Amino acid sequence: MDFANFVTNYEEAVSMILFGIGFSNLLMQKNLIKKIVGMNIMDTSVYLFLALKGYIAGHKAPIVTNGVQSVDAYINPIPSGLVLTGIVVSVSVTALMLSLTIRLYNRYHTLDLDEISVMLKKEGL
Amino acid sequence: MALIQNVPLVSILLSLFAGPVSSVLDGKWAKRLNLFVITFIGILSAGLLSFVIGTDQEYVYTMGHFPAPWGNEIRVGVLEAAMALFFCIIMFLCVIGGVLEREREIEETKQNLYYIMVNLLLCSLLALIYTNDLFTAYVFVEINTISACGLIMIRQTGRTIEAATRYMIMSLLGSGLLLLGICFLYSLTGHLLMSNIKEQVTLLQASGEYHIPLLTAICLMSVGIAIKSALYPFHTWLPDAYGYSTLSSAAILSSLVSKGYIFLLVKIFYRVIGFDIIRESKVINVLFIFGIAGMIMGSVNAIRANNINRMIAYSSVAQIGYIYMGFGLGTTAGIIASIYHIVSHAATKSLLFVAASGITDASAKSENFFDLTGAGYRNKLAGAAFTVGSLSMVGFPMFSGFISKLLFSQAAMGNKHKILITLIALAISVILNAVYFMKTVIRIYTPEKKEVIIDKGFEEISIWEQPAKSAALICFIALNLLLGLSSEPVIRLIERGLEMFG
Repeated sequence: MDFANFVTNYEEAVSMILFGIGFSNLLMQKNLIKKIVGMNIMDTSVYLFLALKGYIAGHKAPIVTNGVQSVDAYINPIPSGLVLTGIVVSVSVTALMLSLTIRLYNRYHTLDLDEISVMLKKEGL
Repeated sequence: MALIQNVPLVSILLSLFAGPVSSVLDGKWAKRLNLFVITFIGILSAGLLSFVIGTDQEYVYTMGHFPAPWGNEIRVGVLEAAMALFFCIIMFLCVIGGVLEREREIEETKQNLYYIMVNLLLCSLLALIYTNDLFTAYVFVEINTISACGLIMIRQTGRTIEAATRYMIMSLLGSGLLLLGICFLYSLTGHLLMSNIKEQVTLLQASGEYHIPLLTAICLMSVGIAIKSALYPFHTWLPDAYGYSTLSSAAILSSLVSKGYIFLLVKIFYRVIGFDIIRESKVINVLFIFGIAGMIMGSVNAIRANNINRMIAYSSVAQIGYIYMGFGLGTTAGIIASIYHIVSHAATKSLLFVAASGITDASAKSENFFDLTGAGYRNKLAGAAFTVGSLSMVGFPMFSGFISKLLFSQAAMGNKHKILITLIALAISVILNAVYFMKTVIRIYTPEKKEVIIDKGFEEISIWEQPAKSAALICFIALNLLLGLSSEPVIRLIERGLEMFG
């Protein structure tokens, strides 16, 4: 383990730190909205990581222009495709989580999941 | 290429499109369409299974005829076809078993929405079974999660919405880790197709390069899937989600959803990484420890529960623990035992949920343990079915649970270091299982006083009163006996399927 590796690959290090921030927010925040924000940070950090893996310095976006078809002209398009798919997934999951949050808020007038659990126990359903 | 080789893609597409079509139908027709789709896919899968057994080799189906490193692939062996058939059978029985509860608990206008979820769930399960592409697997894992969440929250009470939220949070943590693991593997190997990744991983392992990133990727994927399938410390969402959702949902969630993820993990072990590397990586030791902890703690929690549905839900935690313990043994025999347990547990747990609903119906819908006294006399079939399920869970000979426990003990013999702890854990867990299941069986067969029955308004329910549920229960019992009495062909099928995997 060389510290220099962290400096040269600082982008990857940043994306992993972001992943950690998002993951721990999703896990430990009590507020549902903050949890959802954490989830989005987590997903986005993975997309950052993927985008980095597909990027080749000096190459262009993988759209054929002026008839140049050489591999050396463009970056790797597959990670970009994966990022697009991932964004679709995380948008739908976010929408679902937000709708669940709205339901819970309308019923219990709080965004704190633990408080809601306490209320449910009192209801005794 | 034979016509029947198109079955995997056709069945995935069929269930995928049945979902949106259900949204414009009313509840009744949506149900008919859903049952038709499940039956049809089941028949197709049976045909596919006999075809694959006939040729005795797996085949690759290239999507859109793009060759290997570029296109998406479906890969079909014996185990995949068998699992698809089995999942269809269980799902069909769960859907017809819970018809009454669904009509009672879900609003009239939302009936058809339920079948959208069931169709999408079937689609994602089939895709998880068949796909040979890791990223496709990730996408369908998410579809699986979303539709399972819909199945939980379709019964609109505070409990179920809270349970759905907790389920989503846990699942998202798991899928985040899974996605990161897949990205790590992609960046290490440059491939997304499972077989291509395996070639590269073998090369990497031989050269000793990138040892730590590879290990990290394996850990991330294993832990991600373990979280999603409710391995012990991550099980907090499970009792609420299974205990308060409508009957079909509880049965489908416990018997199919978590099993789909576990099947994906088996595929990752064998197809993507290679089992030798997994064994060396020591990740399985972690799974082993948590599996053992789950076996014990799940049962302890089940003993403390006084709501019958929550008790069965906690028992699921223990059974998931068994499956991961089998992985942790690190032998092929252990994996075979785990896969057999997936099948056995799916057949038994859905039986128990349906039977428990029959018992509570005969006790004025009360799920409280003390109101169940004598319910076995008031609803004879449900009582008998619950007894069968309990005996199977405890590991009574003749029933499927016995075979899986036998397989686990045999598999333990193959691992010198873990033999003692495995056998002790199995023994303790069986005793704990017996405590809470036999306690319930004795309770439902203790006669209740006449005054109490009249006072609380308990009703007798004959077999003919709820024909759909009775039919489902009889089929479940038959399935259990079949798995318990003629386990040999099933085990051989799993063995052959795993050989095709590796």
